[in-house]
Amino acid sequence: MTATDVPRRLGTRRPPSDRAFRGVVRGGGVLVLAIMSCVGVFLLVRAWQALRVAGLGFLTTQAWEPDSGNFGIAAVLVGTVLIALVAVSVALPLALGTSLYISEYAPTRLRRGLITLVDLMAAVPSVVFGLWGVFYLQGHLTDVARWISTVFAWFPPLSVQGADPSDPLSPVTLYTSSTFVAGLVVAFMITPIMTSIMREVFMQAPVGEREGALALGSTRWGMIRSVVLPYGLGGIVGGTMLGLGRALGETIAIYMIISPVFTVQWHVLQNGANSVSSLIALRYGEASPFGMSALMAAGLALFLLTLAVNFGASSIVARSRSGAHS
Amino acid sequence: MTTTLPPVTTGAVGAPAPPRTVVPRTSVPDPAGAPRRPERRRQLGGTRIGDALALVGSGVAALALTAVVATQLAPLRGVPACVAVATALFLVVYAAVVSLDADAPAVRDRLVMVVVHGLAFVVLATLVFVVVFTLGRGLQALLHANFYTQDMSLAGPLDPLTVGGVGHAIVGSLIQITIALAVTVPLGLATAVFLTEVPGAFARFVRTVVEAMTALPSIVAGLFVYATAILALGIDKSGLAASMAISIMMLPIMIRSADVVLRLVPHTLKEASVGLGAGQWRTVWRVVLPTARSGLMTAIILATARGIGETSPVLLTSGFTASLNVNPLHGPMVSLPLAIFQFVKSPEPTMIARGFGTAAVLMALVVLLFVLARVVGAQDVAARARRTERVDRLMDYLRLAPLTLSRLVRRGDAPDSPTDTTGPGDVTAAPAPTPGEPS
Repeated sequence: MTATDVPRRLGTRRPPSDRAFRGVVRGGGVLVLAIMSCVGVFLLVRAWQALRVAGLGFLTTQAWEPDSGNFGIAAVLVGTVLIALVAVSVALPLALGTSLYISEYAPTRLRRGLITLVDLMAAVPSVVFGLWGVFYLQGHLTDVARWISTVFAWFPPLSVQGADPSDPLSPVTLYTSSTFVAGLVVAFMITPIMTSIMREVFMQAPVGEREGALALGSTRWGMIRSVVLPYGLGGIVGGTMLGLGRALGETIAIYMIISPVFTVQWHVLQNGANSVSSLIALRYGEASPFGMSALMAAGLALFLLTLAVNFGASSIVARSRSGAHS
Repeated sequence: MTTTLPPVTTGAVGAPAPPRTVVPRTSVPDPAGAPRRPERRRQLGGTRIGDALALVGSGVAALALTAVVATQLAPLRGVPACVAVATALFLVVYAAVVSLDADAPAVRDRLVMVVVHGLAFVVLATLVFVVVFTLGRGLQALLHANFYTQDMSLAGPLDPLTVGGVGHAIVGSLIQITIALAVTVPLGLATAVFLTEVPGAFARFVRTVVEAMTALPSIVAGLFVYATAILALGIDKSGLAASMAISIMMLPIMIRSADVVLRLVPHTLKEASVGLGAGQWRTVWRVVLPTARSGLMTAIILATARGIGETSPVLLTSGFTASLNVNPLHGPMVSLPLAIFQFVKSPEPTMIARGFGTAAVLMALVVLLFVLARVVGAQDVAARARRTERVDRLMDYLRLAPLTLSRLVRRGDAPDSPTDTTGPGDVTAAPAPTPGEPS
């Protein structure tokens, strides 16, 4: 007689030590999830009070007087984005050039030292760059800012209102504490981390394809353009987005440099700028409970912005060739 | 040139020698009458004198043209304008010079090479300058020993640098980062192990949330702790609150990089361990964590460097004090970044010098952490294997040394015995002395 085949039940009986281990690490995961969601949910709940009062005006108002109900993040959010844009547009060519130099041009003996130097500079605290910006760059940059604003006066964001190019005695303070200075300091702050990421990816470009390009007679730049850059595109985008995220969240260097204004300052070379994080650093001390809620709302908006940038970066990197395995 | 075909074995024992195909020699036409010059080695690398001359010449030409433009043609005023014009002119002149004896792709190659070198030089010079500038401005504070040992409780804004220091900030930074590490290292590593070892929908969700929280601006972490712990729960501004803010900032960074490192552990190693009968816990403890040790240390140390240098979370949570406070539970506790921030707010030159000195101390601390990471990171599996091998060789030597020694002693007894044979197992024996040689 033949019994019908019954699929055997397969299960894993784990020994007690393994069950304890899984329980402990799962507990760690749950705890981290609890902490992180606690931060997010608390931020949302506290911000909600202010957002309910301000309504949609929160996104369009250019003032910060929470206790009289007149507040919004239009000015500070635009300021944040402008500083980050200045920083990234300066840092991108610098980081691209430096990472290509380290991975393609530098002598082999120098390479290890340069990699260490760049990685080390990526860990230099931002307050050090802030010091450099305030005590050195600020004073030496007014000439550059004055020249750019004179030459490119026809381009509105680069013009400076109230400046008279023909007057050599026009006040220098018109050009200090501007979006441009803050953006430049942040640019040098994020250049090392961007360089580090791009260099990592460029060095992973397949040797066979490099040699193939060179064997077909391409120059070094031809090889870079046809092999290294396409391969490292994910790294370039990912590194840039990471730098952008850092630039958006940077507080202390910007706080030390800018003189805060609460209107949208399109003129990047002109005195006066603002950012969400420096607004929080500036106003947290004397904030009433409702003012604190408004600051939370501003922090939440900044968080959502950096979150969008981060997820955009990770999705682009994951789809690229070089980022598929990481 | 002769080509030997592989022998075709026919299976018969004692077959005749395999046939050889002989291809006529490839002969190089020899110009009989041409005089033979001595062969010269072709130069493959290095710089050619023409390239260097083109660079230098273009540089000089660009400077000269800039001078002409500035003095004769257009009103160029100021250093930035001249630098911009000189750079543009240099690129144009250099392209023209190179195009005299090279085609278009080569010209583009050279131009890109010059631009890349220039950009790299600007970045590296600026980064080094930032460090040197900080050290230089802080030097007068750094030279006093009291700067490292005293606190600022007795030093007013007008006091000279011989009074007061940042000892309290160094101690505060170390206490805060120690508490933060005590929280984040076990929690972060456990979570990273959870994400890789217990995969599933829940682990994916946790990973997504952690990745989202890496985007949390550090000031918002500080604001969160300020609003919950300090305003709502009534904990006063203290080292503990600052450590909480630093922990919230460090935790996602550490989990994310540790997760990446753990995922790189080869599956074959884990499978080998499980195949030998080890459970999951034993596999993780004996195989996964030791394999990933250097990467995990790097993750921890990079997160530590981030946590110790960030100002904004401690700005809101730790409070400011000028005196030493070693109790993290009570009273304000200042850390290095916050001390820098407070020092440079003052217009007094001595206070600003103190700020730069503190920045130098902070950078030294970060460099120290990096060196630590390098030292620990170098002790990976290969290094450990090398070290074990060295120790084994030493032990072998020590084990065999008495044998060799006794043999030498015996040889000393009978110096002229030519039939001194070495034992079969003795590999380290000295060569037998020749009869006439004095030993």
